[in-house]
Amino acid sequence: MIEAHKDYAGAKLGMWLFLFTEVVLFGGLFLLYSAYLHRYHLDFHHAARNLDTFLGGANTIILITSSFFMAMSITALQLGRRGRCLGLLALTVLMALGFLANKAIEWWAKFEHGIFPGSEHLRALPQGEEIFYSLYFAMTGLHGIHVLLGVGILSFVMILVRRGRVRQEDFVILENSGLYWHLVDLIWIFLFPLFYLIT
Amino acid sequence: MSLTGIKAGASPRGFLSSPQDAGGLRSWIFSTDHKRIGLLYLACILTLFAAGVALGLIMRLKLITPGNDLLAPQTYNAVFTVHGVIMIFLVVIPSIPASFGNILLPLHIGAEDVSFPRLNLFSWWLYLTGAVVALVSIFTGSGAPDTGWTFYVPFSERTTTNVSVAVMAVFILGFSSILTGLNFITTIHQLRAPGMTWRRLSLFVWSLYATAWVQVLATPILGITVLLVFAERVLNLGLFDPGRGGDPLLYQHLFWIYSHPAVYIMILPAMGVISDIIPVFARKRIFGYNMIAFSSLTIASVGSLVWAHHMFTSGMSDLAVLVFSFLTFIVAVPSAIKIFNWLSTLYKGSIIVEPPLLFTLGFIWMFSVGGLTGLIQGAAGADIHVHDTYFIVAHFHYVIFGGTGLGMFAAMHFWFPKIFGRMYNRRTAAAAFWIILLGMNVLYFPMFILGLMGMPRRYYDYPAQFAQGQLISTVGSWILAMGLALMFYNLYAGVRRGAAAGPNPWGAATLEWTLPSPPPSGNFAEIPEVEKGPYDFAPDPRHD
Amino acid sequence: MAELDKRHAPHILSDRLLATVWATLVCLTAITIAVARIDLGFYNILAALSIATTKALLVIFFFMHMKYEHALLKWLLFLACVVLAIFIGLTFFDVAFRLQVRS
Repeated sequence: MIEAHKDYAGAKLGMWLFLFTEVVLFGGLFLLYSAYLHRYHLDFHHAARNLDTFLGGANTIILITSSFFMAMSITALQLGRRGRCLGLLALTVLMALGFLANKAIEWWAKFEHGIFPGSEHLRALPQGEEIFYSLYFAMTGLHGIHVLLGVGILSFVMILVRRGRVRQEDFVILENSGLYWHLVDLIWIFLFPLFYLIT
Repeated sequence: MSLTGIKAGASPRGFLSSPQDAGGLRSWIFSTDHKRIGLLYLACILTLFAAGVALGLIMRLKLITPGNDLLAPQTYNAVFTVHGVIMIFLVVIPSIPASFGNILLPLHIGAEDVSFPRLNLFSWWLYLTGAVVALVSIFTGSGAPDTGWTFYVPFSERTTTNVSVAVMAVFILGFSSILTGLNFITTIHQLRAPGMTWRRLSLFVWSLYATAWVQVLATPILGITVLLVFAERVLNLGLFDPGRGGDPLLYQHLFWIYSHPAVYIMILPAMGVISDIIPVFARKRIFGYNMIAFSSLTIASVGSLVWAHHMFTSGMSDLAVLVFSFLTFIVAVPSAIKIFNWLSTLYKGSIIVEPPLLFTLGFIWMFSVGGLTGLIQGAAGADIHVHDTYFIVAHFHYVIFGGTGLGMFAAMHFWFPKIFGRMYNRRTAAAAFWIILLGMNVLYFPMFILGLMGMPRRYYDYPAQFAQGQLISTVGSWILAMGLALMFYNLYAGVRRGAAAGPNPWGAATLEWTLPSPPPSGNFAEIPEVEKGPYDFAPDPRHD
Repeated sequence: MAELDKRHAPHILSDRLLATVWATLVCLTAITIAVARIDLGFYNILAALSIATTKALLVIFFFMHMKYEHALLKWLLFLACVVLAIFIGLTFFDVAFRLQVRS
């Protein structure tokens, strides 16, 4: 059987390759963003003022902290401290849910103001501002889906750790899930300044 | 399964047969054996190929005379769209890597399997799901998609046909392709047998490696592009809608950033097959091994820089036209390097003409015609005249069908005895080859002339001055269909009642031929120690 | 002939190091917000992206353990980033040089 000799480095290489595809997937949107920023830079500046830097900044801190907990949970498992690892993972998931709640509040406020794709309010704005919001919803939306997937993956890994399928001697699944989670953080690190800080 | 009916040879058991109590369909569709997965892919690809060919034949029949109304205009639009979607995303992209790549990669590098066998099975299931969703898009909703396989905005955002479902099928298929690429890269890095250095890899493996990188790094762009088309339709984003400040040309950029490198996903593995077949039938070490391996990587990398040559007439900036035209000419160089190396390998070789070599030579002819006419379109000035005409249609059918298609057929004839342990009728195979080659040229060559005369592609009808060329082309499609039918019948007969082929009927030197035919389930009894290159042939038994 | 060692030699990062990285990331976030409030014109974008890149590198090298991985993996990551940069960069030959009809 293939499972007989585990190839840890291979599993990690495979995971990194997958992360590359995620980077390029978002890259397509970053391409659109940069092209439209070039064309409508003034409109982008105007539109960005309506985004709440406080909420965006808070979400940045939340994600960075969740990444920190994620990294610590790997350290904990490597040292054989399973309970601590589980606790840290739970914190990570909690942070992720906090991020999503925050995001939901933010989107909801936008909807209340009549700002959603194709809305009449948006159509009345200059074209560049409408494009800005379309990109905002597309990119933060796709990122949000990734956060949601991350919550699912990390919860699943918690079950595996509890059952001892992921343990001190065999934790590549935890490591790879961690890599995925850090990637979600990485994307946000770029989304934050591009949408909230170009006022 | 008819395949499982083959008698197991001497032990160990070949991968085609299952243990007494574990046979049947389940032992195939849930198998993680890379060879079985490869055959699953092959079966699906060939089935869908038949569907694509049937649609092509219908189109040609409709175009046989001006004013012909065999198909309604809307149906005609749907037929060329579905023909394109099936042929590109379900047949040609997965063609060689997913089928022969899966079967042969671990054998060529001396491994038990690929790095992630379950992921491999998962990508086949994704492929199957994508195929089903594509079929659903044809038969449900308000009609099959009518955008052409390129899904160009803004039309694809506005048409009421079933584009949303079709693009989701493409997204799923892209994901399947990515996972295959990821698996292959990891396998090639991690699972090579002891002694299997990078310079002892077969050129087929090199081509798979280069292809896999394109799959991993370019396919996600397709993913996001079709997701955006979906979002535009469902969520009304307006990112590509010129009426709302969007730029449709950015869609074209995104689409071709993937879809041009995709051309190399299609052709590189075929080039790898050709590079592996030629030395065997010339009984000579390949000429310029390093350059062929290197040119695979060059094609993959430079090929990712030329996408906008599909957009010369789109209204993009003149500077971009200049830059992309220049880059396009560069990518011709590594392709030419390969052709020269293949010809140099044949030169003064002791050539034995067998069906795989015939298909290989057919590849070189068709690919050269297709490649050189590609340069005409790469030159921005000339492209203005031939853009969106039959000239383009002829060009890419020469490259994709004449190139990848014949490369795939060459692979089928070359590795058939290894996979099935039996031999097909070689004379019939040769006859089928000549009919196919004739059919292809009669079908597609007139399109070059029609294109130069000004016949636009994807048009429902045409004036009388194009009638002659269209008629010849349609006759060609019948010849081609007969050749294909004969070839597939011959292979099928070979599977059923061909003579036993033995482990190495061609006298080839790559690792898979050291195994019994068909190879046993676990491949090598012991992981081999590799001490020589893939083209260091034993003394030729035929001359002893 | 595996490039990467199949045996698994874990590198354990201390909580202390991770906490330092975390603190740096939080500081950089504060800095980027502060810098955005000063009007530097085009340089605002440049500053924001430089800081974001620095943060990304910290996450990649420490949280994602890249510092301790084989050189091959670092090169592949570099390759992926270069490819993305090329995709965006070459598109700008069109986007930045197109004659636009301004309304």
